[in-house]
Amino acid sequence: MMTSRFERTANYVVLIAFAAFALFPILSILVTSIGPETASIAREGRTFHWENFTAAWSQGQFSRYMATSVLVSVIVVSVAVLCSLMAGYAFGTMRFRGEQVLFYVFLLGIMVPTEAIIVPLYFDMRSVGLTNTIWGVALPQIAQSIAFGTYWMRAYFRGSNRSIIEAGRLDGAGTHRILWQILVPMGRPAITTLVLLTFMWTWNEFLIPLVMSPSGQVRTAPLALAFFQGQYVQGTTLLAAAAVLVALPVVVVYLFLQRHFIRGMIEGAVRE
Amino acid sequence: MPYGFLLPAFALYAAFMLFPIARAVQLSVYEWDGLTVGTFVGLDNYAAVVTDPRLREAFGHALILIVFFSLLPVAIGLVLAAVLNRAKVRGLPFFRTVIFLPQVVAMVVVAVAWRQIYAPDGSLNAALRGVGLDGLARPWLGDFTFSLPAVGTIGTWVSMGLVTVLLLAGMSRIPSEQYEAARLDGAGAVREFFAITLPAVRGEITVALTLTIIAALKTFDLVYVTTGGGPGTSTTVPSYEVYRRAFELGEVGMAAAVGIVLTVLIFAINLVVNRVGDRSTT
Repeated sequence: MMTSRFERTANYVVLIAFAAFALFPILSILVTSIGPETASIAREGRTFHWENFTAAWSQGQFSRYMATSVLVSVIVVSVAVLCSLMAGYAFGTMRFRGEQVLFYVFLLGIMVPTEAIIVPLYFDMRSVGLTNTIWGVALPQIAQSIAFGTYWMRAYFRGSNRSIIEAGRLDGAGTHRILWQILVPMGRPAITTLVLLTFMWTWNEFLIPLVMSPSGQVRTAPLALAFFQGQYVQGTTLLAAAAVLVALPVVVVYLFLQRHFIRGMIEGAVRE
Repeated sequence: MPYGFLLPAFALYAAFMLFPIARAVQLSVYEWDGLTVGTFVGLDNYAAVVTDPRLREAFGHALILIVFFSLLPVAIGLVLAAVLNRAKVRGLPFFRTVIFLPQVVAMVVVAVAWRQIYAPDGSLNAALRGVGLDGLARPWLGDFTFSLPAVGTIGTWVSMGLVTVLLLAGMSRIPSEQYEAARLDGAGAVREFFAITLPAVRGEITVALTLTIIAALKTFDLVYVTTGGGPGTSTTVPSYEVYRRAFELGEVGMAAAVGIVLTVLIFAINLVVNRVGDRSTT
């Protein structure tokens, strides 16, 4: 390719500048989180202060809030993915009355912002005693994830090979066996992507746990971080350490399986 | 048989998505404090969206945030993706990983990180003082003029990677013969961009705008953690008003109405973006 030296240098300058812009906030919080907490600790002369993480963990009661986050994530991911698989299978491989209308109804949920439903959700769940329970936090997120999940799995089932379904049917496999023993094992990549995206959205969710548990009984890790900030305005170091802890699970999974994240968010976004 | 497979998904979706939407519409025509009996007020709450100065301001801020969350990242993303696509630079996978990273970090963490950068003794002010621009240093998030652009810049930072990767995927599908033909005609990098690259990624631009505009209009956690709508009302946004009015001020009906208006706005903007996108491809 014929690109001049000037153009090549300019290209690298642009790319490095934006990579630095993208990395700077993340690196600076990482650096703060392992720095000395006070001036007197700084005089000890150590470079890495890993004790910040244990201090933030215990002061912010993160063992409790992380456990809540894990529990909410497990419930939302397993229920939503299971329901989405079945619904996507119906939309992707069967013809039935009202198919199109129903599918559009599901699509609606992808665009409706949480802000629109959070108000009635809170007051209606309060009246049936579901606020301040794990279900109050999980169920609305399950519904949101089902909207995207159904759309995502339908696309996979549509694209899956017709002849395999036909062959299965000729072998006498019922619709259940075709789904669970043929299509699901084959669709592992698509399902993994859905699991990862749902996990990320649930772990990072803020408004729903904030509103649905006013007493703080079912506080997830991101919320705990926001409240930790309210308490320790001066403690930049511990706050940074807590922030790193909250971001870590999703970031680590992203670094190992980034192709799933990128593909899911790009392909999931491209409309039909 | 199909209905059996649909049932679990539909039941949950109907109970916790469709039903709340209907209830939000119902609540929006009442004045209700969340405790006593509500009074029917018709469309008064919707009228307030136009007449209440604070709400009007919130929607105005949302439109400004669209510039930062959406237009700016698309402009940046076009340049970055075009560069990456044209010059086969080294380290492309690394660059992609890095620039996409802000998308997966929880917004609360993003907000905490940027608060420290914007703090009076934070790194931004330190950098300004370091180059002798002491006059520009200020508590960015506490400044009436600069707090909204400061919050917006965080949005640019978050959206940039998603948009770049999306556009890059589109550009990689352009057949290289098109570029070779253009080069034989003596087209430079800039003409190549406007004649070939830009028209080819119209679809991706439409998707990028749709996604980022929705993200801009839904900004809640970022504002909640960085500024709480302040100073004064300078960074309040519709989603923050929904929360404040329903759960802090006890104006439940009004909050529901703001939520509905926000939803309608999201659908309307989407429709317009997609219409324009479709028309320009044919």
